Amino acid sequence: MNLLHYTLHLADNALIIGHRNSEWCGHGPILEQDIAISNIALDYIGQARNFYQYAAELTGNGATEDSLAYLRDAIDFKNCLLTEVPNGDWAQTTLRQFFFSAYQYFLYEQLQNSSNQQLAAIAEKALKEVTYHLRWSSEWVIRLGDGTEESKQRTLRAIDELWSFTGELFTPADYEQQAVTEGYGVDLSQIRENWYKKVTAVFEEATLPLPKENVWMQTGGKTGVHTEHLGFILADMQFLQRAYPGAEW
Amino acid sequence: MERDFEEIFQDKIDQEIKIEPKDWMPEKYRQTLIRQISQHAHSEIVGMLPEGNWITRAPNLRRKAILIAKVQDEAGHGLYLYSAAETLGITRDEMYAQLHSGKAKYSSIFNYPTLSWADIGAIGWLVDGAAIMNQVPLCRSSFGPYARAMVRVCKEESFHQRQGFEILLTLGKGTEAQKRMAQDAINRWWWPSIMMFGPTDDESPNTIQSMKWKIKRFTNDELRQKFVDVCAEQIKILGLTIPDKDLKWNESTGHYDFGKINWDEFWQVVQGNGPCNKQRLETRKKAWEEGAWVREAASAYAEKRKQKQVVTAA
Repeated sequence: MNLLHYTLHLADNALIIGHRNSEWCGHGPILEQDIAISNIALDYIGQARNFYQYAAELTGNGATEDSLAYLRDAIDFKNCLLTEVPNGDWAQTTLRQFFFSAYQYFLYEQLQNSSNQQLAAIAEKALKEVTYHLRWSSEWVIRLGDGTEESKQRTLRAIDELWSFTGELFTPADYEQQAVTEGYGVDLSQIRENWYKKVTAVFEEATLPLPKENVWMQTGGKTGVHTEHLGFILADMQFLQRAYPGAEW
Repeated sequence: MERDFEEIFQDKIDQEIKIEPKDWMPEKYRQTLIRQISQHAHSEIVGMLPEGNWITRAPNLRRKAILIAKVQDEAGHGLYLYSAAETLGITRDEMYAQLHSGKAKYSSIFNYPTLSWADIGAIGWLVDGAAIMNQVPLCRSSFGPYARAMVRVCKEESFHQRQGFEILLTLGKGTEAQKRMAQDAINRWWWPSIMMFGPTDDESPNTIQSMKWKIKRFTNDELRQKFVDVCAEQIKILGLTIPDKDLKWNESTGHYDFGKINWDEFWQVVQGNGPCNKQRLETRKKAWEEGAWVREAASAYAEKRKQKQVVTAA
């Protein structure tokens, strides 16, 4: 059960942030960047599928990647709150991507050594993608932080909006603690420092002030207590599967 | 002197030698190409919107991934095409300005709405199918950069068309509700798709010159007929119907006859009165305007970095 929850947590993270990024497709500020963010969305859908396929295997009873993505309600989704916050402007989207990619980078780096071969293999493959996501999003945070006065103000606003969602990344749910005990999960306390170092370095280059580390942080996503946004994401995403139960697409 | 240049130019074209950006070309050739290539690029970019409309609602993960990849391909096509047009002496920003002001057109087909998932299938099968019919000959366009861009575009388009057909095939084999959805989509997309080939030959004044310059290889009516012939066969595999009671095989011509096209609707949509003209253009303008601060920040940062490098180097 723990392994299943842990896998679903990884899958849901990828699906929800991928879904959010895909909302940009056709609406990006620069054509090349429209392609880049759609590409990142696509990478995420791929990662989500890999994790869901494994989760479906663990679930049995005819579960599939699609039944897991399309037929669970918000209470069963285990993604971090950060992944579901609305895109906002380009500053908010790229900063969300940076916070999350930095987390995923260190997470997958460890996870590729997991005692669970499936998880290790998925992480190893995904790490290549995440390395690019991290570089791309770091560059945007730097560019916008150190660009114009307006881009700086927008980035500061985005930091204000998103910072309180970063604590949850490193607050383990029971299934994550269990995963560490059983040897296939990543100890979040160990990657936290690297994450903070990376954020510090990028913010410094971006001439952005570093927010305080020990402020009140929002949590709940990992255990199914989400923001109001997730319900709408799922209403949108699951519409066809819910309206036409059992149909093949 | 001009006359000699023009003769050499036409001679090259007649011998199927590609015209390259630095070669001499008649001003009208340049203008025709800018108009055609930028219109094509705009169509790719505006064309992302009707399909993008279903990305967040795609029915399963596989379809979602394919759809994102497809819409992203269209952005890529827009990119090659804008680059090809830039070789003729116009910037991408100038082309965007023409799109946003309404001076430049894009394919009218994208002014129709996508109302159900089946529309994604119908767009792939019919709209991309018609686009391929139009575009394959463009791989032999006399203008080198355009011809080369089209080779890449066509490869991807044929994948798009297959995935559209496959969506419809799945729906056609599905539940009653799915069949209804698929038929409804074909009913709505069929006529606009065959209008994509443009006005009939006797109403298409530019065709003769474009064919002489080998920018165009077949007339609108020839391509339209080819498309109808292909679709009339493929629809049988789908188990659905084409909404034209006059569609039937004509033994003597060796082609399918088809019904009268509503050219009034065609011109109305071209002139801006289609169901989504305003919406599509507003969406593009909004993306552009809301992205202005991002582009400004990016160039300001690039400038700062350049300055720093100069200082470091000194």
